[in-house]
Amino acid sequence: MQNHFSLWKNISIIVMFLISIIYSLPNLYGDDPAVQISHIVNKLTQAQASDIEATIKTTGAPLKTFEFKNGKVLARLTNADDQMKVADLLRDKMGNDYTVALNLAPTTPAWLQSIGAKAMYLGLDLRGGVHFLLEVDTDAAVKQAEERYNDDLRLALRDAKIHYQAISKDSGFIKITLKSADEKPELLLLLNKDFHGLTVKEPEAAEQVWLQISETDAREIKKFAVAQNMTTLRNRVNELGVAEPVIQQQGENRIMVQLPGVQDTSRAKEILGTTATLEYRLVDTEHDVQQAVSGHSPIGSRLYYEKNGNPILLDKRIIITGDQIVDASSSSDDDGRPSVSISLNGIGASKMGKLTQISIGKPMAVVFIEYKNETRIVNGQKVRHKEKVEKVISVATIQGVFSKRFQTTGLDSPQEARNLSLLLRAGALAAPVDIVEERTVGPSLGQDNINKGMMSFIVGFALVVLFMAVYYKLFGMIANAALAFNVVIVVAVLSMLQATLTLPGIAGIILTVGMSVDANVLIFERIKEEINNGNTPQSSIFSGYDKAFATILDSHFTNLVVAIVLFAFGTGSVKGFAVTLIIGILSSMFTAITGTRMIINWIYGDKHVEKLSI
Amino acid sequence: MPAHFTLKPSFRIQKMKTTNINFIGNRHIALIFSGVLSLISIISLATQGLHMGIDFTGGTLIEVGYQQPADLNALRQKLDAEGFESATVQNFGTAKDVLIRLKLQEGVSSADLSTKVLESINKDVATPASLRRVEFVGPQVGDDLAEDGFLALLYSSLAILVYIAWRFEWKFSLGAIIATFHDVIVTLGLFSLLGLEFDLTVLAAVLALIGYSLNDTIVVYDRIRENFRALRDKSTEEIMNISVNVTLSRTIMTSLTVLLVLVSLFFLGGETIHNFALVLLFGVFFGTYSSIFIASPAALMLGISPADLMIPLKDNSDIAHLP
Repeated sequence: MQNHFSLWKNISIIVMFLISIIYSLPNLYGDDPAVQISHIVNKLTQAQASDIEATIKTTGAPLKTFEFKNGKVLARLTNADDQMKVADLLRDKMGNDYTVALNLAPTTPAWLQSIGAKAMYLGLDLRGGVHFLLEVDTDAAVKQAEERYNDDLRLALRDAKIHYQAISKDSGFIKITLKSADEKPELLLLLNKDFHGLTVKEPEAAEQVWLQISETDAREIKKFAVAQNMTTLRNRVNELGVAEPVIQQQGENRIMVQLPGVQDTSRAKEILGTTATLEYRLVDTEHDVQQAVSGHSPIGSRLYYEKNGNPILLDKRIIITGDQIVDASSSSDDDGRPSVSISLNGIGASKMGKLTQISIGKPMAVVFIEYKNETRIVNGQKVRHKEKVEKVISVATIQGVFSKRFQTTGLDSPQEARNLSLLLRAGALAAPVDIVEERTVGPSLGQDNINKGMMSFIVGFALVVLFMAVYYKLFGMIANAALAFNVVIVVAVLSMLQATLTLPGIAGIILTVGMSVDANVLIFERIKEEINNGNTPQSSIFSGYDKAFATILDSHFTNLVVAIVLFAFGTGSVKGFAVTLIIGILSSMFTAITGTRMIINWIYGDKHVEKLSI
Repeated sequence: MPAHFTLKPSFRIQKMKTTNINFIGNRHIALIFSGVLSLISIISLATQGLHMGIDFTGGTLIEVGYQQPADLNALRQKLDAEGFESATVQNFGTAKDVLIRLKLQEGVSSADLSTKVLESINKDVATPASLRRVEFVGPQVGDDLAEDGFLALLYSSLAILVYIAWRFEWKFSLGAIIATFHDVIVTLGLFSLLGLEFDLTVLAAVLALIGYSLNDTIVVYDRIRENFRALRDKSTEEIMNISVNVTLSRTIMTSLTVLLVLVSLFFLGGETIHNFALVLLFGVFFGTYSSIFIASPAALMLGISPADLMIPLKDNSDIAHLP
């Protein structure tokens, strides 16, 4: 029998249609402005949640719902102004250990949520927010490691009582010159035992050993630098209070950070982009600073400048570095001056302990190091230049023996203390990062983009529907039904995959609307041809679909190949375009061939037909 | 008698009858036209080049919105005074929206640039501008994006070349690539001539155009292949002509539906999507043209003949050795 679908085929098409409708439903519900409160480490207790609820009520802002789930609080409010008001109040009250994030909570009904139906994930160009691409300077991380090895080697050699003349860094090598070549076997034994990461090279000079960071070790260091930066960025972003941040590694040494809804980009940049680290060094009080200023720094010391511009001589050896800091918080010391309380990890604590034991009463300085990035054009070439700014931010006398916990004072303002502690708490970055791309979309533009996208979709869709109905009559209407079905599937699949919908993505859907009727045009023209050749309507339908199928497959496949290549090479919003195009091409083949065929079979199948409305 | 529903006559469109136009015989006209068009495009691309957006060159772009039409001259003076001499200021879409572009600058920390610009234009102003969009692309990223874009073009072309060669024949494959390159070059040439900005979204549109143009060409090729096998008594040229003619109504219909949505996108989609829609409008127009006028003659001139697409007749060989 021609033009008849079996029952199971009809049912599976209809079931698929229904599923698509259900999963695209969440997109019809809007969002509530909401505030989300959580503790950085612990879960909130019921008592804390009740406190928060009471606090919100003091603002007088009408609370839509108040949810306490999984140790987090989500308070839905009626408008964005109330949202800001409540968030500001809570941030003041809750302090540093809590994250207060602005959020747009979907109003999807519970039964849809329970089957995992979610609205499409809107890209930053539609919802507003900031996108940063950060590049980690992994070479700097390797250099830092070299520096560390340098220090550790001195210590190790001293401990092992191996006498050396010099340890110096020279063209990628750490060169150890021993006092006598006799101690070389001992040294090699030590290196083999404790310094796996170094490749040993023995030059002609018998009392020398050259060391280099091995390739595998360098790779590990680089990988670690990126990983540590990711963690650090995650912590910093949490401090910023963003509801759904995205932090992803991109390529070998880049990290993408997306902060939906963030408007204060300068603050976000300040927090994310500055690489700050601290070094604790002893102050050299034995030599004359003025001599150093005139160009004669004593061996073992280096000249620095304090914030007020005064020169100061510091010991070249670093006591601890920022990556040994595990926590830092701003507070006031006993005299009410702003201060930062710092906790160290094990290595840092033991180093600090050893030093403070022998150095009570000596001044210790904190050097704050910032990496600022500049792009300069030199001889027509773009050259990225990294400037290392070193500043002594505080000099304090060691008052007693301490190791794990201590305070730094001498900061200008509570604001400075807060900012410094924020940067330190989030952990010092292992390697400097550099913002290499920024894309910010303000909230008004995001909404504009949604509106424009919707408008051009509706108009484009209506024009195609009208055109098809007028030109192909009943068959055109059937194609239109399939077209609507196609759009529902695209929306449902996008919602299920939670793929990012961008403005070019919407353009992709609109383009799909125009192109997906192509399959139907091919089929219908073929049917017309068959009728013109004198075939019966029934067999014309049959062979029209049959003959057009191979053509549709070939022509859509090439389209698909291009879309996939676009997906593979595209970034950001272009990727969003490729995604909708791929989904659109695939689903349009299904709806335009199988969907229309089902309806045509219902109307014309198993009947005697004189004439087709085509 | 049951009620009969038909559309009112006034609503009817004159249906396209199967035409019989000698496209292949008159191919020289189209080839000369396309040759001239391509030449102009290549010359323009070579001398004037494409106006590359910051996605590829690197730089900063800031879009701000005002409550009332913006005074561009005042803005320019302000930016000059603050040391942003290289800034270009222009309206974007409406008189209330302003787009400020900055090149990568010497000695200025690039990531902070947007913040500084916004601060300086909002200095001593009663109604400050609201920030609508910032795009900053560093030089390294720009180079990477350009490289990725080039690779995308290369790989998609290769993938298609292989696919068509496999499904059809290498002469068709090459013919399709020629037709598609023609569309891309002419579209880019127009972009170059008009001095329109070429950015990432535009590149995406160019790739989508490749997909579309091929789609059109393949439909025609598919019919040629079918007719090569069905109409054995006709010459290659005749078969091509018939195939182009019978698929003509489909080619035009599909182009029309796509043009409809593109027109809607062009007029209603907003500034950011403007050039994207424009590329596709140009592209669909030329894609349709090339699949009718260029693709088949190209395959013909590469020496395609029905013999290239004959299915080896196994049955015959089975019978041949029988007595």
